[in-house]
Amino acid sequence: MTLLDTHIGFVEALRSAGLSVSLAEGLDAISALERVQWHDRETVRAAYAATLVKRQPQRVTFDAVFDIYYPRLIGGGVAGDGLEPVDGPQDAGPQLERFREALAAALASADAQALQDLAVEAVARFGAMPGRGPGLSSWSAYTSLQRVSPGELMDRLVRGLLAAGMEPEQAERTAGRRIGDFTRLVEGDARRRIAEEKGPEHVAGVTVRPTIDRLDFTAARRSDLDEMRREIYPLARRLAARLTKEQHARRRGPLDVRRTVRASIATGGVPLETHHRPRRPHRTDLVVLCDVSGSVANFAQFTLMLVYALREAFSGVRAFTFVDDVVEVSDTFRQGADVVEVMESLASSISQAALWGRTNYGRALTRFAEEHGDAVGPRSSLLVLGDGRSNYSDLALPVLADLAGRARHAWWLNPEHPRHWGTGDSAADRYGEVVPMVECRNLAQLGEFVHEVVQPHPTR
Amino acid sequence: MTSWFESPDDATTRLRAAGYLTDDATALTTYLAGALEKPLLVEGPAGVGKTELAKAVARATGAELVRLQCYEGLDEARALYEWNYKKQLLRIQASQGDDAAWSEVHDDIFTEEFLLTRPLLSAIRRDEPTVLLVDEVDKTDVEVEGLLLEVLSDFQVTIPELGTVSATRRPFVVLTSNASRELSEAVKRRCLFLHLGYPDAERERAIVISQVPGLDHRVAAQLVDVVVRLRELELKKAPSIAESVDWARTLIALQVGDLDEDTVSRTLGVVLKHASDQQRAVKELKLAVR
Repeated sequence: MTLLDTHIGFVEALRSAGLSVSLAEGLDAISALERVQWHDRETVRAAYAATLVKRQPQRVTFDAVFDIYYPRLIGGGVAGDGLEPVDGPQDAGPQLERFREALAAALASADAQALQDLAVEAVARFGAMPGRGPGLSSWSAYTSLQRVSPGELMDRLVRGLLAAGMEPEQAERTAGRRIGDFTRLVEGDARRRIAEEKGPEHVAGVTVRPTIDRLDFTAARRSDLDEMRREIYPLARRLAARLTKEQHARRRGPLDVRRTVRASIATGGVPLETHHRPRRPHRTDLVVLCDVSGSVANFAQFTLMLVYALREAFSGVRAFTFVDDVVEVSDTFRQGADVVEVMESLASSISQAALWGRTNYGRALTRFAEEHGDAVGPRSSLLVLGDGRSNYSDLALPVLADLAGRARHAWWLNPEHPRHWGTGDSAADRYGEVVPMVECRNLAQLGEFVHEVVQPHPTR
Repeated sequence: MTSWFESPDDATTRLRAAGYLTDDATALTTYLAGALEKPLLVEGPAGVGKTELAKAVARATGAELVRLQCYEGLDEARALYEWNYKKQLLRIQASQGDDAAWSEVHDDIFTEEFLLTRPLLSAIRRDEPTVLLVDEVDKTDVEVEGLLLEVLSDFQVTIPELGTVSATRRPFVVLTSNASRELSEAVKRRCLFLHLGYPDAERERAIVISQVPGLDHRVAAQLVDVVVRLRELELKKAPSIAESVDWARTLIALQVGDLDEDTVSRTLGVVLKHASDQQRAVKELKLAVR
């Protein structure tokens, strides 16, 4: 493959991974590469990154694709001679023992180079699956991690860090992070091996994960959830900034004669600039009714957090959680509250929301209408969050219709893909006839929707 | 045509001499922005040295810094150029007694004399090396981006009455953004992109020591240690480099020789600006509550 082919393949792969790389940017990348030395791989990476990546969240995707197209080394590399898989039992006990000793030492000293070398070795020695049929890859990060099981070294690593004088909690965090980094190195190296074997196009299409704001709430891993939670405040801030700007743009009200005349004095009585009275901002109450049963708990937390982070945009916010009973949680979100604490108390309130322990939309809606029905009025917007999976119980459609009818607006946010609506015990399609149902599966969609809700609609 | 930096290494050295410690990617991107004569869009959290980078480039290359601070409501008249209406009116009124023809006056009032140049136009018209800093470009309205497009891609400005003003010497353009709004694809396409994040502990230590002379190296290490731990917590506003430097200055002013728990909790307000963040830090770092 020539360099140009690699470049074009690389740009193509970035495009299919969701980065919008234009022709002009591809040309920029080439002229940037002409100006730098090629002996250092990181230089090439930085030159590409400067010209092709234009949003930081895309950087993870970019790095993954870059590693596939511009691999760190080929095969086992110079240092890896003799590491090529041999036939027969290749990961005999003593070798594994020796490897884990080396890994423990490298983790303890956080030696980046040693860890990288060990990751290569781990895949070469323990991740090879020779003799598999054509079309199946013969390298597996999963197999190597199963054999090596770096997680079991956790305790040892923590003890070592404690002995070095680190605080217990910090030691645990540090150890977890180092082991996570090693896991990623192994995964990256397995990708590289597979790409070498089957061509980069194949791997780039299969293994690259979507960026954090496009990741499904339901498909998120533990570490993804933490990252998403960190995104909530920036997201709320961006939304708030955008809203203020839009309100300002629409703010020009009727002519303010006094100010216009006064300003015209400076230009000899010629009113060069007109001044306008600001228009009164329009605000609504927001009532959130949120399913917090296990299947949608992640989604519920993010939505509640975002709504509360944006509460300045509403004149009042009340939130209720339910599984089959309804509990008001508005108090949990006091002004300036700590994110982590709010999350914890939300989690504890979830247990109160269940009377029988199974999601029952019908009963929850009925109880809500009985106990808190006065929360919904002509000035309020009603927001229901949930997947509409009600365990085949009564749906209480008239109750919802009545609530929606009393509210100024009503929406239903569903974290499931529309093709699943109405399948199995999902009543999403039937609720959807009463209240407009909106698909909301990731942070990007959530942000878009909240913007839509908060936006002051033209007075009617 | 001058080249701004000879090589990435040259950029590192000269920026360091100007008091700005870069990592490799920053130096390389800065070098490329000069070599390719493309604007450089720098994004990242507040206080990591985005604006400082532009200033350092100006110091390192002996160029003059022209700064356009963006804000909501910024318009053409404040960014590009404006006719001096008042002076024009005076000119017209002054000529009313004469028999001078209107056409003469008309030609007269649209000349250099009545033109007020604003940062963008000034930067383009300068003959000396210039660094143009468009600060916090995400704070502007979308319309201003359109204005920037002409300037950034062709380095020229069209004034209807005077014609097109092209740059005789392309300025080194740095745009900074906190990403509080997504910039349009068109602007991004014309720029090189650099994300400045929090530095690693070693570089941060070097930055703090270089910015705050007289700081004990041991204290600097302790300080950076605490700051790194604070950034790991889920805070509303994580401490930035600027805040680490402020903290170091505070410690100097208080003549603290050792950053113990008591000092940390006493001076926490320098780095954390939210009450809930401070409570969280006290809890997580197990500081004595005062």
